[in-house]
Amino acid sequence: MSVLAYTENWDGKFKKLSYELVSYAKAIAENLNTETVVASIGAVEEEELKKLGNYGADKVVAAKDEKLKNLANQPYAKTLAQIAEKENATVLVFAHNFTGKAVAPRVSVKLKAGLAAGVTEPPSSYDPFIIKRKVFTNKAFANVKINSDKKILTLFQNSFEIKETENKASIEEFTPELTDADFRTEVKEVNKVTGKILLTDAEIVVSGGRGMKGPEKWENLEKLAEVLGAATACSRPVSDEGWRPHEEHVGQTGKIVAPNLYIALGISGAIQHLGGVSSSKTIVAINTDKDAPIFESADYGIVGDVHKVLPQLIEAIKEVKAEG
Amino acid sequence: MKILLCISNVPDTTTKIRFKDDNKEFDASGVQWIINPWDELALTRALELKEGSGGKIEKISVALVGDKSTEPTIRKALAIGADDAFRIDSEPKDSYYVANQLKELAKDFDIVMCGIESADYTSSAVGGMLSEMLEWPSVSSVSSLEIEGDEVKIRREIDGGQEVVSAELPFVAIVQKGIALEPRIPAMRGIMMARKKPLNVVEPIQADVLTAYESFELPPPKADVKLVDEENVKELVELLKNEAKAI
Ligand SMILES: Cc1cc2nc3c(=O)[nH]c(=O)nc-3n(C[C@H](O)[C@H](O)[C@H](O)COP(=O)(O)OP(=O)(O)OC[C@H]3O[C@@H](n4cnc5c(N)ncnc54)[C@H](O)[C@@H]3O)c2cc1C
Ligand SMILES: Nc1ncnc2c1ncn2[C@@H]1O[C@H](COP(=O)(O)O)[C@@H](O)[C@H]1O
Repeated sequence: MSVLAYTENWDGKFKKLSYELVSYAKAIAENLNTETVVASIGAVEEEELKKLGNYGADKVVAAKDEKLKNLANQPYAKTLAQIAEKENATVLVFAHNFTGKAVAPRVSVKLKAGLAAGVTEPPSSYDPFIIKRKVFTNKAFANVKINSDKKILTLFQNSFEIKETENKASIEEFTPELTDADFRTEVKEVNKVTGKILLTDAEIVVSGGRGMKGPEKWENLEKLAEVLGAATACSRPVSDEGWRPHEEHVGQTGKIVAPNLYIALGISGAIQHLGGVSSSKTIVAINTDKDAPIFESADYGIVGDVHKVLPQLIEAIKEVKAEG
Repeated sequence: MKILLCISNVPDTTTKIRFKDDNKEFDASGVQWIINPWDELALTRALELKEGSGGKIEKISVALVGDKSTEPTIRKALAIGADDAFRIDSEPKDSYYVANQLKELAKDFDIVMCGIESADYTSSAVGGMLSEMLEWPSVSSVSSLEIEGDEVKIRREIDGGQEVVSAELPFVAIVQKGIALEPRIPAMRGIMMARKKPLNVVEPIQADVLTAYESFELPPPKADVKLVDEENVKELVELLKNEAKAI
C-alpha cells in the first residue's frame, strides 16, 4: 500500500506547491501507516528529485520519457495510473491547479477511484473515508464520503503547511507503457510568463478594481507590489476594459488565489470577486465607500481614497522593511 | 461535424449559499437557476464556429443530466441557438455517474465541450472523466478554439503561461475564461423557436456512484474588519507586521 502524490515541475524545478503536496501526502500516509511515494513526469535532475525527500517522500518514481515533455492529458493520466498500480497506491494526491484538474479526473476513471476535488485538509475520518472539500465556487464546504477502494484528492493551494523531515527518499526511474494512440494532441507553442511573480505562486497579491479609475493610475499599485515582493491582480471589469492583462483577473471566472495577504484597492467586493480571493489568510481593503461589501470580508481596512493612501502606504512599508 | 455541449444547471452566481436539514442539504428556496457560466460561453463559441463553418458544422446539441425541473435551463440553451437537446432524466449523483450518463450520447459527436467547473459541485471533473470513458483525448483549460480545415487549433492555459495545441477529432474540450467574450443573449425569435426544437428525454443507464455528500458547512463567520484612519496608514502596516504577521 502507499499514498501517491504527483508533483509537476516547471522547467525541471519544483515549487513550494510541490512540497506542500508531498507534506500533505505524508500526513495521510502516516495515518494509514504506509509509504509516501511521489511521481514525477518529465526531465528533472536527480538532485531536484531528491529534494522531495525533505518533505516526506519515501520513494520518488520518475518517468522521464521525452515524449512526455509537455502536458498531454491522456498519456499523463495513463503514466500516473501505471505508477499508482505498481505502487499499490490507495490514495492519490494532485494539486487543484490546471494540471491537476486536467489529469486527476482521467486517472479517477482508470482506477475507478472516487474523486474529491479542492480539499484543504487531511480526511476527518479514514474508515469511512470522509474529507472536506470546497463547493459552490468556494463559498461553502462539503464533507464528502468516498466509497471506492481507491481515492483521489486534489489539494487546494496554500492550504497545507509544509513540514520538513529527515530525507530517506530512494529514486527510481519508470518507463510507462504508451502507444502512439495516446498522443493525439500536439503542443505547437509554449508561452511561459517569465520574470514576474506568478499570481498563483505569490505570497502577497496587490489587486486593483474600477475604483483605481483608469489604466494610467496603476503606477503606485505596481510600486506597492514591488516593495512587498507581491504579484499584481485585478477585478474582472478592469481586465474586460483592457486596463490590465487578462492573466491578472481574479475571481470566480478568473484565477483563484489564496495568498497570505490580499490587498484590494478600489474593489467593491462582489460575490463573484470574493469567490476567487476569500481563501486568502489576511485581506486588506482600501475603498472610499464605508459600506462596500469588501469590508465584510476584510480583516483590515481604510475608508479613503486609494490614490491618497497608496503613497503613504508605500512609504510606511519601506520604513518597516528598513527596520527589519 | 457535430458538437455536443454538456451543460449543468446551477444556482445564479449571486446566490447566497444556505443549507437546510441540519446542513445535510442545499437550500434551494428562492434560488434562480442558470446555465453554468462556462457552459454558456462554450455554447456561444460553438454557435460562432457553426455560423462561420459554411455548413461544415451541421449541428449543435446540448445535454444535461437532471430532473424535469432543469428544463427551463435547457430551453434557454435552445433559445440561445442550440439545435436540439437531450435531458438524461436522473439526479446528477456525482461526477463519475454524470460522466457515465453522458458517455453514450457523446459517442455520436466530433467535439464535446464541457466547462472547467460547475458553480455548484465545482469538481472540475466531468469533462476529464468523460474523455477517459470515451478513450478520447482531452484538452483542458481551453481559452480559445478555432477550426481550420480539419485541424482544431486551441489555446490552453497552463500553470505559468499558455500553450497552443492541436487536437485530432474526436476530442473533449474543457473550456474556461476567454473561450467567448460574452454569453449570447436569446433573442425573441430564438425564444419562440426554442419551443419547437426537440428536447429529448433519455432514460438513465445503470452506473456507479463513487462519492456521497454527508453534510455541508459554511466558512466560519469573519471577525469584524479593523478600520484604520486614512491619516494613520502607518498603524495599518504595524498591524500587518505584528498582528497578522503578513509582511
Ligand atoms: C457570472 C459572473 C461572473 C463574474 N466573475 C467575476 C470575477 O471572476 N471577478 C470579478 O472581479 N468580478 C466578477 N464578476 C463581476 C462582479 O459582479 C463585479 O461587477 C466586479 O467584481 C466589480 O468590480 P470592481 O469592484 O472593480 O468595480 P466596482 O463594483 O465598480 O467597484 C469599485 C469600487 O471602488 C470604490 N472606489 C471608487 N473610487 C475610489 C477611490 N478613489 N479610492 C478607493 N476606492 C474607490 C467604490 O466605492 C467601489 O466599491 C462577475 C459577474 C458575473 C455576472
Ligand atoms: N448534470 C450535468 N449534466 C451535463 N453536464 C454536466 C453536468 N454537471 C457537470 N457537467 C459538465 O461538466 C462541467 C464541469 O462540472 P464539474 O465537474 O461538476 O465541476 C460543467 O461545466 C458541464 O459542462
